[in-house]
Amino acid sequence: MEQLGSQTWLYTTRPIILGASAVVGPEEGEGPLASDFDFIYDSLEMGEKTWEKAERALFEKAAKLAIMNAKLEQEQLEFFVGGDLMNQIISSSFAARKLSVPYLGVFGACSTSMESLAIASMIVDSGGGKYALAGTSSHNCTVEKQFRYPTEYGSQKPPTAQYTITGSGCAVVGRNDGSPGAIHVVSATIGRIMDLGLTDPFNMGAAMAPAAVDTITAHFRDTGLSPGYYDLIVTGDLASVGLPIAKELLAKEGIPMEQTTFNDCGLLIYDMDKQKYVIAGGSGCGCSATVTYGHLLKRMRKGELKRVLIVATGALLSPLSYQQGESIPCVAHAVALESGGDEA
Amino acid sequence: MPSSRPFLSPSFQEVSLLPVKTKTSGVKLRLDTMTPQDYEKLSKPYVPSRPVFKNCIRAFLSGGLICVLGQGIQEAFMAIFDMTSREAASPTVAVLILLSVILTSFGVYDKLAQWCGAGTAVPVTGFANSMCSAALEHRAEGLVLGVGGNMFKLAGSVIVFGVVAAFVVGVVYAIMGWGGSH
Repeated sequence: MEQLGSQTWLYTTRPIILGASAVVGPEEGEGPLASDFDFIYDSLEMGEKTWEKAERALFEKAAKLAIMNAKLEQEQLEFFVGGDLMNQIISSSFAARKLSVPYLGVFGACSTSMESLAIASMIVDSGGGKYALAGTSSHNCTVEKQFRYPTEYGSQKPPTAQYTITGSGCAVVGRNDGSPGAIHVVSATIGRIMDLGLTDPFNMGAAMAPAAVDTITAHFRDTGLSPGYYDLIVTGDLASVGLPIAKELLAKEGIPMEQTTFNDCGLLIYDMDKQKYVIAGGSGCGCSATVTYGHLLKRMRKGELKRVLIVATGALLSPLSYQQGESIPCVAHAVALESGGDEA
Repeated sequence: MPSSRPFLSPSFQEVSLLPVKTKTSGVKLRLDTMTPQDYEKLSKPYVPSRPVFKNCIRAFLSGGLICVLGQGIQEAFMAIFDMTSREAASPTVAVLILLSVILTSFGVYDKLAQWCGAGTAVPVTGFANSMCSAALEHRAEGLVLGVGGNMFKLAGSVIVFGVVAAFVVGVVYAIMGWGGSH
């Protein structure tokens, strides 16, 4: 591994994603990416008695499928890096109970998806392990319960509100064995905390946009690349409010994003015309994880995309901090994926 | 640009620069020098505001409809059980609460509320919804710590400030010598 500039890790051995999975709930199953998901639950309860258990079931299912898709046995897995949005990251840690492998719990709110992938890739790239699982999850009802109001409480949400997706995405990272057509984890840019003073927890897109822009700017500064290098750059969950703000900020920074396709996982996962209840778009750890591990990886395997930069954005607030009037610190982590045949 | 770019593929070609086409807010500063005030100004044109007028109309229609329903129930009690309007008031409220709790339990009330806003929040049905939803949500944490401890999570402040307001009004009435007819 090599450090590029100040914030970017270049994985010199180019670890590969051996297998990945995306498991979602019923609402994401009605969205345009439904056919790319490995499993769709038809109810939010997932046959469990509590929302928390449902999220755990979701996570365990995704982990199991990712290991299966990687054609590994559970015993072969060496490390698990995971996190979620619950207090004390219970979904991830409780799912780790079943895996019984060395475990690192991480928290970066909705940026956890790429944070965990960056760390898992570092483990493999540095020779610290052969197989590492990265994963994260979110459940609409657990998040509503913890961060907002009881799920059945009738409150009117503003037009900037986002809808936490129900889903879990996991990926097994392994050593580069030179097999053609593999998807490589090439580099990761670790974000700085950005807080430009926004306090509205119902407007996270605008709060997180500067963090995404800062990380994208750092990525291109550190690597010396330009946006045109990538076929697609996606942010995690800026949604319909945050994405245009990010576009303006990037133009001010002089990053020519028009060279590439720039989109947001929170807008890709739902049918924004039909699924009006999502308001501004999707959010949550599972959002960038399921879109990346479900949709984007499948498109890369088909050859429709060769190089993709995923910039997962996270709002690091707690219910306590916003009730005390604190502004929302945000972070974004970027991971670059490339499909095979491009070894330098 | 650094001289070595180890992960560039041989097929990589610089993409031609296209003219920047973005909606701008007029804020010139870059991110590293931006203050919260600048950012607020920059982000404001992109942030849709709450449709206050539309919400008022919807709240008026839906809240009014709940009141008409309540009136209908009260009239029915008066006609069927031969009650006075005062006697019929309490069972009417009970019926409205029951309806609200049933709709909450079937997962309908929160969906209505997104359209109705204050129309479903202000009447007694909204109060019932706040208690029922909290009770349902925290059932998983047990009857005492879960349901008992959280049922008034949202409704609690309504009660606190209702009692405080009633106390202040009562003191004013006592000082002014108003009321006290019964």
